[in-house]
Amino acid sequence: MDNTLIKIQDAVVSYREDIALQGVSLEVKRGEFIGIIGPNGAGKTTLLTVINGLGKLVHGQVWVLGSRLSGRNSSNLRKRIGYVAQVENIDPRLPISVRETVMVGCYSHLGLFHRPTRAHWKTVDEVLEMVGIAHLAQRPIGHLSGGEYQKAAIARALVQQPEIFLLDEPTASLDPQAQREILSLIQLIHREYHMTTLFVTHDLRTLPPICQRLILMKEGKIWQQGSPESMLREEVLSQLYGVPISVAIEIARSEQVVI
Amino acid sequence: MQNAILAGLFGGITCSVVGVFVVTMHLSFIGVCIAHAAFAGALLGLWLGFNPLVGALVFSLASAAIIGPVADRGELNPDTSIGIIFSLMLGLAFLFMGLMPGARTEALNLFWGSILTVTRRDLIFLAAVTGVILGLVILFYKEVQAVICHRQVALAVGIPATAVFYGLLFGTGVTITASLQSIGGLLIYSLIINPAAAAYQLTYSLKRMLLLAMAFGVISCWVGLSASYLLDIPSGAAIVITSAVIFGLATAFSPKRRVKGWKQVPLAG
Repeated sequence: MDNTLIKIQDAVVSYREDIALQGVSLEVKRGEFIGIIGPNGAGKTTLLTVINGLGKLVHGQVWVLGSRLSGRNSSNLRKRIGYVAQVENIDPRLPISVRETVMVGCYSHLGLFHRPTRAHWKTVDEVLEMVGIAHLAQRPIGHLSGGEYQKAAIARALVQQPEIFLLDEPTASLDPQAQREILSLIQLIHREYHMTTLFVTHDLRTLPPICQRLILMKEGKIWQQGSPESMLREEVLSQLYGVPISVAIEIARSEQVVI
Repeated sequence: MQNAILAGLFGGITCSVVGVFVVTMHLSFIGVCIAHAAFAGALLGLWLGFNPLVGALVFSLASAAIIGPVADRGELNPDTSIGIIFSLMLGLAFLFMGLMPGARTEALNLFWGSILTVTRRDLIFLAAVTGVILGLVILFYKEVQAVICHRQVALAVGIPATAVFYGLLFGTGVTITASLQSIGGLLIYSLIINPAAAAYQLTYSLKRMLLLAMAFGVISCWVGLSASYLLDIPSGAAIVITSAVIFGLATAFSPKRRVKGWKQVPLAG
C-alpha cells in the first residue's frame, strides 16, 4: 500500500434508520495531519470509528496499517491506534488514579497474564511529565478538570505508542485557555513523533494551524477536501454550515484561525 | 455452625468481589435482575425435581447473556429492557412456586436462605466458586480494572473489553447461584451491593476497595450469624442488616464527603 496508511473505500455505516456515512472514500498518507470539520451529525466521529474498527460497516472496505479491517483483526489493529474522545462525564469517586488511567494505554501491548514492569511505569511518568500533569499523577482521575482530563487522555494514547492518532473533538467543552493548551500539545506531539493524525472538530476556532489537509463533511459524505487555504474560505464554510461565516484571519498567514 | 461460618467466609468474599464490579460500573439493576433469574431457575428445579442449583445456574447465565447485548446495543433503553427481564423472572418465580405441589418449605428457604443448615456439598461448591472468582480477578486484574473504570477506553486500546464485561456478568451469575442456598434469593443482592458500596465510600484505590469490600462482606456474615444465634432472628436478614449498617457508617465517615482546603473567611468590618 506504498505510503498510504489508511484507505477507505465506499464506506456505508448505518445506525438503524439513520445513515451516518454514505459511500465515503478516503486515503491518508503516513505522517499526514488532517482536520475533519463539518456540522453536528455530519459523520465525522463515525469516520474515526470506521478507522479504528469500532464502527460497523454496512458496505465498503477499510485498510488500516497495511491490513484489511475485519471483525477478527480490529482489536489487534486498535493497539496501534491512539484514540482521544471529547471530555466525558466521569464519576468523581472512581477508584483509579491518573497514573493508573494512563497505564491502561500500555495494557494492550502487555497482553494477557503480564503485569506492568518498572520500565512501563517509568514510561508513564515520562509521558505525564511531557503533557504537563506529572504533579497530578496520584490524583483520582475523576478529580481532574476538563483540560487536565484531556491531557491524561492524550498521555494514555501516547504510551500506546500509536502509529495513527485519532482525536475526536478533544477541545470540546473546554475553556479557551485549556483549548489552547491542548492544541499546543497536539501540535508539539505531531512535530515530535510525526504520527498520522486525524483531528475532528465542529468548532473552526479550534482547528490546529498544523493541518495539512482539510476534509469537509456534510450529511454523511465527504463534501469537499483540500488544503486549509483553499477550504477555509467564507463561501465554502458558509455553504458547509448553512449560515453566513466570516473568516477574520487567514490561516495561510496566521498561527490561529478566528472565525 | 462450622459450615455456616465457612459459608459466611466464602459467600462474603465472593459476593463482595463481584459487588465491586457491579457498583463501580453502576450496574446495580443488572445485579438485581440476575439474582431474581437465579431464584426463578432454582424454583423451576424444585418444581420439576432436578437440582435447584443447576436451574439457578442456567437461568442466571441465560439472563446475563440476554442482558449484556441488550444493555450494549441500546435497541431499547437498558433500564426498560432489564426491567422487563426482571419482572419476567419474578413472574416465573411466583408461577413455579404456585405450581409446586405440597409444602413449600424448601422454596421459602431459597427466598430467605438457610446459612445455618448449609450442606457440605453446597459449601464445597461455594468454596470452589470463590477460588475461581478470586483466581480470575488476580490473573486478569489489569483487564478488569481497565474495563470497570474505563470500558470505552479499554475497547479503544484493543483490550477485549466486551469479553471481559460478559465474563463479569457471568461471574455475577455464578456467584449468585453458589450463594443462593445460604443467603437466599431476596437477600443475596444486598450482600453483593452493600459491602462494595461501603468500600466505594472509603478509597480511590481499586485494590484497597476489593480488600475492604471482602472484609465488610465477611464481617457482615459473621456478625449477622452471631446476632442470629444470640437473638434467635433469621440469619439472612441479620446479615443484610449488618451490611447495611456498615454501609451507613462508611458513608457517614467517608473521606470522599469531606470538603478539603476550605476555610471560612471572616467578613471584613
